[in-house]
Amino acid sequence: MQYETVIGLEVHVELATKTKIFCACSTEFGGEPNTHTCPVCTGMPGSLPVLNKRVVEYAMAVGLATNCEITRQCKFDRKNYFYPDNPQNYQISQLYLPICHDGYLEIETAGNKKRIGIHEIHMEEDAGKLIHDEWEESSLIDYNRSGVPLIEIVSEPDMRSGDEVIAYLEKLRLLIQYLGASDCKLQEGSMRADVNISVREVGEERLGTRTEMKNLNSFKAIRRAIEGETRRQIERIESGNKVIKETRRWDDNKELSYPMRSKEDAKDYRYFPEPDLVPIIISEEWIEKVKRNQPEFHDEKMIRYKKEYDIPEYDISILTSSKKLADLFETTVAICKKPKKVSNWLMVEAMRLLNEREMEPEELSFSAVHLADLIELVEKKEITGTVAKEVFELIFSEDIDPKSYVEKNGLKTVKDENKLKEIIKAVIEKNPQSVADYKSGKKKAIGYLVGQVMKEMKGKADPSSVNDILFNELEEI
Amino acid sequence: MADKITDEMIEYVGILAKLQLSEFEKEKAKNDMNQMLSYIDKLKELDTRNVEPMSHIFPVTNVFREDKVENENQKDAILLNAPKKKSGCFQVPKTID
Amino acid sequence: MELIKETAVELGKKIKCHEVSVKEAVEACFKQIEQREKSLNCYVSIQKEEALKNAEVIQKGIDCGKLTGALAGVPVAIKDNLCIKGMETTCSSKILQGFYPAYTATAVENLIKEGAIVIGKTNMDEFAMGSTTETSYYGATKNPWNEEHVPGGSSGGSCAAVAAEECFFSLGSDTGGSIRQPSSFCGVTGLKPTYGTVSRYGLIAYASSLDQIGPIGKDVTDCATILEMIASYDRKDSTSIKRNAYDFTSALVDDVKGMKVGIPKDYFANGLEDEVREKVLNVAKELEKKGAVIEEFELSLIDYAIPAYYVIACAEASSNLARFDGVKYGYRAKEFEGLHEMYKKTRSEGFGSEVKRRIMLGSFALSSGYYDAYYLKALKTKALIKEAFDKAFAKYDIILAPAAPTTAPKLSESLVDPIKMYLGDIYTVSVNLAGLPAVCLPCGIDKKGLPIGVQMIGNCFHEHTIIRAAYSFEQTKTFYQEKELKGGIGHAV
Repeated sequence: MQYETVIGLEVHVELATKTKIFCACSTEFGGEPNTHTCPVCTGMPGSLPVLNKRVVEYAMAVGLATNCEITRQCKFDRKNYFYPDNPQNYQISQLYLPICHDGYLEIETAGNKKRIGIHEIHMEEDAGKLIHDEWEESSLIDYNRSGVPLIEIVSEPDMRSGDEVIAYLEKLRLLIQYLGASDCKLQEGSMRADVNISVREVGEERLGTRTEMKNLNSFKAIRRAIEGETRRQIERIESGNKVIKETRRWDDNKELSYPMRSKEDAKDYRYFPEPDLVPIIISEEWIEKVKRNQPEFHDEKMIRYKKEYDIPEYDISILTSSKKLADLFETTVAICKKPKKVSNWLMVEAMRLLNEREMEPEELSFSAVHLADLIELVEKKEITGTVAKEVFELIFSEDIDPKSYVEKNGLKTVKDENKLKEIIKAVIEKNPQSVADYKSGKKKAIGYLVGQVMKEMKGKADPSSVNDILFNELEEI
Repeated sequence: MADKITDEMIEYVGILAKLQLSEFEKEKAKNDMNQMLSYIDKLKELDTRNVEPMSHIFPVTNVFREDKVENENQKDAILLNAPKKKSGCFQVPKTID
Repeated sequence: MELIKETAVELGKKIKCHEVSVKEAVEACFKQIEQREKSLNCYVSIQKEEALKNAEVIQKGIDCGKLTGALAGVPVAIKDNLCIKGMETTCSSKILQGFYPAYTATAVENLIKEGAIVIGKTNMDEFAMGSTTETSYYGATKNPWNEEHVPGGSSGGSCAAVAAEECFFSLGSDTGGSIRQPSSFCGVTGLKPTYGTVSRYGLIAYASSLDQIGPIGKDVTDCATILEMIASYDRKDSTSIKRNAYDFTSALVDDVKGMKVGIPKDYFANGLEDEVREKVLNVAKELEKKGAVIEEFELSLIDYAIPAYYVIACAEASSNLARFDGVKYGYRAKEFEGLHEMYKKTRSEGFGSEVKRRIMLGSFALSSGYYDAYYLKALKTKALIKEAFDKAFAKYDIILAPAAPTTAPKLSESLVDPIKMYLGDIYTVSVNLAGLPAVCLPCGIDKKGLPIGVQMIGNCFHEHTIIRAAYSFEQTKTFYQEKELKGGIGHAV
């Protein structure tokens, strides 16, 4: 029997606002427990929510970027369920009139283009964090994250493979990062994807029973979970069992999922319109204003780069694959006017360090002006390539100012020919064997000698001048 | 009487509302609710086919706050009333087993 | 006149011209509390030391000219569902025992800024659910006119405290009649403002879309003055409304010439006690004498108001009261196994039976499969009721009605039959569903010696009109003359 997997995604994204969705508490990450809380986000009786305007604008921006219709009159609803990370025991969300609906994203896998429908985008509040306390068999609640604004982007069940899911998620992530609406880090939870999966026989029109997979913290985990769940469902069907509609938790270490079920939880959220918040009317003017402020997106940026910069297409695709990288590239080029050099540094050295340190491009934190200064130092032959790489590493990790650093540490290329000659003569004297090899025709031996000179010079000599002088000196012997 | 409220429904609503009723209370709740509902069913007489449900009385819209941090750390006041707390957190029986 | 008998505004004047000191005013209240509180139980908590300390501070503020408000130095009692920083706030429930809020309700904050002195928190039906103040965890409040009777509810403590002169004025909250009905039963004046006029920030919600805070005082002048102080546009309450004018005292004018008064026939039909009907209709006659135009009309939909009200109020309450779970504040059950049992035991032991009944009903009305038939239907009914009032106010300036079908019932008579108790709200709940302002003031005394109240309902944002009408009627002294004749508070015939 031939089966196909049908996948739909519910993606939660934490918005990059300064304050929470319904109160003026900071959304900053990593504070001491409960230090970013107030009566509103801890569900104190008598407190009332007031909506952060920025949340609405970010949600609209994401909706417009994903070709959605904007709901002209939208409102909030309460979703009722008991859980201690949810201080009011209801979550303020949107069910009946979500802010955006009926959009799509175009994805490309193995050269095939496909439209993935977006059913809706709604605004809601995040929950607090539960910390398991091993000593007392209890859980501790930190409400710092309670009330951080989220948007939930609900796709249509339009995806058929892990590849399509990853392509969709990458496209969505890039777009939201370009908007500055979120940093979308899966590991840190600022982007979370719940995957709805069902299988059916190829050719069947009706959808099979779906399960919802939670706890997916990386693209790799998502891919494995899709494969694992597809297998599990097919096995069930083929062994004559039915797939049960349920929520399952993926354990990526064991590559297995478990049902998340409790007899204490009836999945009946008793949604009703939030009486403490008034409806939101979105005017044509407001939409236009948000549209005007939309940044250049990935596809447009690629086209412009091809026109403006003489760099390889591959480089363009990498540079624009991250908003941070593209911004760094453009700002640096604006200062030093050397797109090729800037691209080289980012493509080679920056990428190498990112890989080594297992970092995302979005985590790059050095300033463009420092990279521009470094490029200038190299161009003016103030420092050698070897020194430049060392300095770049420091720029990458500590954002040092290369000019003053080079100055302070005496890293400038030595241009004093007499001094060079002195050292070269000393190296020749110390290495008679290499000299003899050279003289006997093993011209490669010069390489070793250049190396020795550079070592003596601590890399601060221009290798081509060293080469020239050494050649002359050897010929004279 | 409507008798919409069965024993199962009382159990179910108890789960939703997190209320544990004694057998006596359950029986009473069932009777009260059935009585109340048959009274509420009077609403069915009303023709509301072309009526928009009204949740807010006044057409007030777009009440917003600017995205500006105004709250300072008030952890102590927030935790003041906690029945049980530990390490600056509210403490509850463990949530996952 | 004895100091304790003064109205809040008169006392304020005397304090301002140094005829009376703030300390004397506060002490007078505590003296009265000492005499009557033990049998009446108006208060859940009293803060004597704090109030006396504040009296000194406020006196200085008045003396140096910083505090010039009409109620500076006047003692006030606050319903126990309004949060006050550092003061225990329980909603008369076991589940909130020992809860000390870190914030003060905006309405109370507005009073404190003007120099009013909070002397205590008043008793109420648990979470404002009830019509008798008998569902309080801290025991029933008794009616000062006759201690065998209830004071009404849910703001029964606030109304009884004013009637018993245990404070000079108080704040209550009104979700389905909770200010007007006990005002009627206790012979005091209470006003429920247009929804959104007084900020709900710091009011522990029962039904968010219906709750309004309002003043309770000895007369209409007091109520207008208090309302002027507590009403404000508040950024912390998204449903708060910016009013064009807050000068409610400018409506204290004895003039109803040409005012069109509508008498809804359906409010005077079966179920209304004859004595109440007679006294309320007498108000119409008095107003007519002063030049008002009286006309009977059909308001319609009256029978649908209570079912719609209970569905909406209980549904919202089931969600609003979910936060009381033993995690963040208040009561937590002593013995339980695991999280869910902690929730269930805490809530089952912490809430009283009336609260549980309403939470169950509300949860059911919102549950899957019943939402459309109950909750949505109720919201549509609400729209129709609002429409009916819009039509009425196109013709009339005010609507005159009773506040309750009877005078105060005897203690423990009402709780036996919940439906019957709910039906007692028939003349008040529509006003909340339609967001209207309404005032209730005494208009007579029945054979049992219990006061009767009249309700004057205005169109949205027309507090001025009902204050003017109420003030004009008050000037006829109908009630006071009858009180002289039949004996006042505590002297039942």
